[in-house]
Amino acid sequence: MNKNCYIQSYCSITSNTVSLNGDELFKDDSEDVKSFLKAVYKSLEIKYPKFFKMDSLSKLAFLGAELLLTEESKSSNTALVFSNAASSLDTDRKHQESINDAENYFPSPAVFVYTLPNIGIGEISIRHQLKSENAFFIFEKYNAEFHHNYENCLIQLNKADSVLGGWVNVDENKCEAFLYLIADRGEIKHTIKNLIELYNNK
Amino acid sequence: MENLKLELKAKIIENLNLEDVEVGDIANDDALFGDGLGLDSIDALELIVMLDKDYGIKLSDPKQGKSIFESIDSLAAYITENKAK
Repeated sequence: MNKNCYIQSYCSITSNTVSLNGDELFKDDSEDVKSFLKAVYKSLEIKYPKFFKMDSLSKLAFLGAELLLTEESKSSNTALVFSNAASSLDTDRKHQESINDAENYFPSPAVFVYTLPNIGIGEISIRHQLKSENAFFIFEKYNAEFHHNYENCLIQLNKADSVLGGWVNVDENKCEAFLYLIADRGEIKHTIKNLIELYNNK
Repeated sequence: MENLKLELKAKIIENLNLEDVEVGDIANDDALFGDGLGLDSIDALELIVMLDKDYGIKLSDPKQGKSIFESIDSLAAYITENKAK
């Protein structure tokens, strides 16, 4: 028998605004992504110094997870299913800049370790002690149908109790995250139509 | 030597993104790893790059790192002894 799946909560972090379940939580006029994400971190009163070592993509995913994975909502078997368009390009460029000049070749280990998009998943897993299924996909744009099917399969096949899924993208000093927590209770059904609607209204 | 220690503290804070730490928060004999500043293995690699890039010192034996990176005191002493730039 199919289990009922709901979008228990959702958030967006985009265009200098953070919202949770449709309500604006934070607004800031920072001109760059790094300053904006730091302002969000401060506004949420998080104490996790490792945040400052992360690249912008990981910071963005981390902040979204902070909003959704509360003590009440999270389970140790919360799967993570993310996607984006730019992969880790923002950090890849920084790494490339550090190795362009053969005479001044000093690749930074702290930058290099973030040259994969799924490192953000690892940061969230460490923070929330998750040893669960995870995947990071690359699409040109948010693919609600794929996400719905993948997230639904994880729950129907008992691979996860809940799923933190969605879109998290950083490129050319712009960031966009739309994340949601899928669980067995909530008010919004986990359907392709609802995912599209929430994404478009973010 | 005191100027070098201050310089190292500033570089460590900047290069390792220790956002909530200030130069005055780091004592010369504080442990940089473990219970002290809490640096990790990636930070250790970053310090090795810093030694090469800023002071022209290449660590040939990574095992040396444990004693060199014990504290600001030990790091400054090693740089003073081996500085090439």
